[in-house]
Amino acid sequence: MEFLEVIHVSRSFGPVNALLEISFTVHRGELFGLIGPDGAGKTTLFRIVASLLLPDEGKVLLKGHDVAKDYKQVRRIIGYMPGRFSLYHDLTVEENLSFYATVFGTSLKESAAYVHRVYSPLIPFRKRLAGKLSGGMKQKLALSCALIHRPEFLVLDEPTTGVDAVSRKEFWEMLEELRDMGITILISTPYMDEAGLCDRVALIDKGKLLQTGSPSEIVRTFPAKLYVIRGENLYSLLGRLRKSPEVKYAFMFGREIHLVFRREPDDPARWLGPLTGTVDGTFSIDPLEPGMEDCFVELMGKKEPVDGEENV
Amino acid sequence: MKRFLCFVWKESLHIFRDYRTMLILFGIPVAQIMLFGYVITNELKDIRIAVLDHSKDEATREITRKILSSGFFILDRTLDSADQMEEVFREGKVKEVVVFPPGFAEKMQRLSGADIQLVADASDANTARLVVNHTSAIIRDYLQKRIAETSMPMKITPGVRMFYNPSLKGVYMFVPGIMAMILVLVSALMTSVSIAREKEYGTMEVLLVSPLRASQIILGKVTPYMVLSVINAVSIILLGNLVFGVPVQGSNVLLLGVSILYIFLALTIGIFISTLVRTQQMAMFMSIFILMLPTILLSGFIFPIENMPKILQWFSALLPPRWFIVIVKSIMLKANGLLYIWKELLILAGMSLLFLVMSFMRFRVRLE
Repeated sequence: MEFLEVIHVSRSFGPVNALLEISFTVHRGELFGLIGPDGAGKTTLFRIVASLLLPDEGKVLLKGHDVAKDYKQVRRIIGYMPGRFSLYHDLTVEENLSFYATVFGTSLKESAAYVHRVYSPLIPFRKRLAGKLSGGMKQKLALSCALIHRPEFLVLDEPTTGVDAVSRKEFWEMLEELRDMGITILISTPYMDEAGLCDRVALIDKGKLLQTGSPSEIVRTFPAKLYVIRGENLYSLLGRLRKSPEVKYAFMFGREIHLVFRREPDDPARWLGPLTGTVDGTFSIDPLEPGMEDCFVELMGKKEPVDGEENV
Repeated sequence: MKRFLCFVWKESLHIFRDYRTMLILFGIPVAQIMLFGYVITNELKDIRIAVLDHSKDEATREITRKILSSGFFILDRTLDSADQMEEVFREGKVKEVVVFPPGFAEKMQRLSGADIQLVADASDANTARLVVNHTSAIIRDYLQKRIAETSMPMKITPGVRMFYNPSLKGVYMFVPGIMAMILVLVSALMTSVSIAREKEYGTMEVLLVSPLRASQIILGKVTPYMVLSVINAVSIILLGNLVFGVPVQGSNVLLLGVSILYIFLALTIGIFISTLVRTQQMAMFMSIFILMLPTILLSGFIFPIENMPKILQWFSALLPPRWFIVIVKSIMLKANGLLYIWKELLILAGMSLLFLVMSFMRFRVRLE
């Protein structure tokens, strides 16, 4: 029996299909990431997993319990952290934690060892109102609250959104430690760079599951050869590249252009020369190992033609 | 139980840490009652009156002197005929005319007794009533003393006439009205807003996945407001009594019991509203438009229900404060017992049950 099975789950809100036929499994003890842009359906899916929403079709099994029917058992197994850190801003750090502890039928003392790793950085601020904490501290407190009843399964909805880079890194280190303690973790994030930190990921966009697998598997299955173009005035160049018949798609990636050819020229550098003609500056084009975001763009392109072009 | 208490404790912290909530809870009732109290009482002092004395005997002079020496009244002028009354009232300075019929002292000793007419300018209904009440009291006082001195049965019947607004229907007793309004405000608005806040902050999601039952969440939310509302009800009655002398003629226990029922009803309405909305703002709007404004306008608090168009009268029958005001007036002013108010009580109880059931039906263990 798999730890978590999501089976053909669909859910719509009025005319909007938030989720379409989503299926994947999460193994016990795994750090599983759901990666997708805003509005992809991550939160909806997590609410269904946490038994807060019912799917229109399909079902979710957690340790064999149907989350729709046996929601009481399921809720005991799950530690759920919603997208907005669910804290009482007018209560102090300690009050928040002990409130959740009592509500979940435990106490700070009993769970001290369990939450210690996450909570200990907050101890100096335990008399501070939760509303006055920084984003990173709020995140840690919310995680402590989700952990307070010693759940086997953590469901974390975009815990790193709106949190600074250092706190994000710390947070992922904590998650790895929690996983090593035996907790299965399901996490969602819009940040592609965080995908690499998961054991396995599912890529999701517009309610559809694009691909599931370990980060290295996903990167390995990138079907084309990827090039990177560096230089100045890249925005002027991008338009020209997209009009070129040889280019399948090109997109800005930070201060670079990532590009995949439809028909790869023998010498990309020579091919690029004429295109840059009237654009100022010098440009270089090199092959590149694809990252998660490249895979994502490639997969999105498969589902829907980019720039109105036909699929190849 | 421990969970429930913890919830109540948490809820109380929310209330006590937010100065705005505290202001609404305790500032507004006091401010309202002071405002309404002072606007309405107008403090009787130096009210100008006129005397039309057809008798001019010892008794009428004595009564006139007593009225004028009470400190409330100043003699503006003495009239010679009834025709002048209209004129002095039109001028607006004189608020009351005391009319003694001919042969007053003599009639007093007869079995039929003497009549005295108190004519008041009731364009300001409250002042008129106060003026007349004070004058009547002074006359009664005079009469009692005379009876004690002479040990002879005597009788004066003050005949009261209110000019311009003869039935005095517009007179509202502000304490029941304010109680009705404040308790709805505190109970319904505050609970609905505080539940909506949990939804807005996402804490409701966690409470829902927690082992707390829906009833525990709801009761935990409601209990602190229940306690505070009862305190509010008591302080309104006390303020009305101590500052403005509004008496509680009937049973205090009954009054408190009725108030608790009404508070409970308001709380269930608050919970029901919170099941309909997603944000605090929506909760606030709903509470104000569905409860506050109708309470002020249609419950008979300020505008008499009898004067409303039929449709609005029916509508006002749907409003809990309408019945509550009737009950409170009945207990406070008429000293009526359960026998006279059971119908209204039944209506309130029925409404509570209705909203309670609807709330539990709408309160989901899930988000939608």
